[in-house]
Amino acid sequence: MHLQVEKIYKKYNRRYILKNISFTAKQGQSVAITGPNGSGKTTLIKILTQIIRPDKGTLVFYLDNHKLSPENLNRHIGLIGPYLQLYQELTAYENLRFISQLRRVPHAEKRIKELAAAVGLERHIHRAVHTYSSGMKQRLKYLFAIMGDPDFLFVDEPTSNLDKDGISWVYQLLDEWKRDKVLVFATNDEQDLNYADEVVTVVA
Amino acid sequence: MLHEIWILFKKDLIQEFRSKAAINAIFLFSVVTLTAVSYSIGSSAISNNVLAALLWIVIVFSALSAFSHIFLKEEEAQTADTLKLIAQPTPIFLSKLLFNILLLTLLLIVIVPLFIAAFNFEVKNIPLLLLSLFLGDLGLASGGTIVAALIAKASKRGALFSVLSFPILLPVMIVGISAAQMAFTQADSPLFPSEITALFAYDVVLFTAALMLFDFIWND
Repeated sequence: MHLQVEKIYKKYNRRYILKNISFTAKQGQSVAITGPNGSGKTTLIKILTQIIRPDKGTLVFYLDNHKLSPENLNRHIGLIGPYLQLYQELTAYENLRFISQLRRVPHAEKRIKELAAAVGLERHIHRAVHTYSSGMKQRLKYLFAIMGDPDFLFVDEPTSNLDKDGISWVYQLLDEWKRDKVLVFATNDEQDLNYADEVVTVVA
Repeated sequence: MLHEIWILFKKDLIQEFRSKAAINAIFLFSVVTLTAVSYSIGSSAISNNVLAALLWIVIVFSALSAFSHIFLKEEEAQTADTLKLIAQPTPIFLSKLLFNILLLTLLLIVIVPLFIAAFNFEVKNIPLLLLSLFLGDLGLASGGTIVAALIAKASKRGALFSVLSFPILLPVMIVGISAAQMAFTQADSPLFPSEITALFAYDVVLFTAALMLFDFIWND
């Protein structure tokens, strides 16, 4: 299982935000994308997760040495990012049930309970998301992303909005995740960067 | 794919049930328009041909007031990227279309009997009226949903939606008016006159074009 990124270019308003970005993220390895503010880290994460298209370049996802087709790709990708919102009118449980039904997660009820308990949200699971604090929302975003057990996990600013307990849970999750999955995260935090096996620096 | 469409549709239904944004817009607009038309005409004698046009004006403009909401809410709540990440474009479009069809069907169930009661007239051919309204519903929803997707990312959305969707929906309205005139005045009119065939053909064209275009609109 690996992700191959080759010569990615992206421009906004006639200016290249990303130029010639290439790297390979392999199973059991975590890749950190870093760079100054405005350097295009978020744009790169959005390109890697197919939310936006690059102007040039290719990215290929391999699973068991087979290329994943674009139609099947979203089942294998999980993303956590500040710009990715959950459905505020729905409860946390309904959000998780929604993604588990879309992904056809087996024993979804049990998994929701276990995951909610792991991040301390079990008592708040039937509350509407708009009543959550930003830290609780961030934890819920993690659950939403990993609910379908994706093979490729992308995280933009892994520890933003989290308290000490939340941060330690995230590091534990990232450690577990990179063992048998592909993990790519964008950050400027020195502590986050310690969790990376490879660092890709993007420059505006 | 049917499973995916159903789950996405169910999510939209629950959201709408909680916020009531689209349903409030469409019902308030239709009732206000109907009341305004009803008061302005008063007790004057009005031909059934004019009534058919008035009925379709109420339907089309009420639909315009609510259809854009289905994609707008995803952009405003910043959930469009979430949706892009978790589902394929075709099920997304079909679930949104289904939602708009349901919304307009609910409106028709309420507004058509109210309209008939307000103007106190007899519909001579009820099956023809129902068939033309059903096909009109599908056409308006197909055109309205694709334009809603198109304008969701624009900054001046309100005006754009009406400007872009009106020319696309106008043929549905014109043929719908003609079919309603026939249903209001001719008891022995056939169930499938040329108006129904034209409406059906335009629905097929609109639906197919919308389905084919959605992938490009959604991903670019």
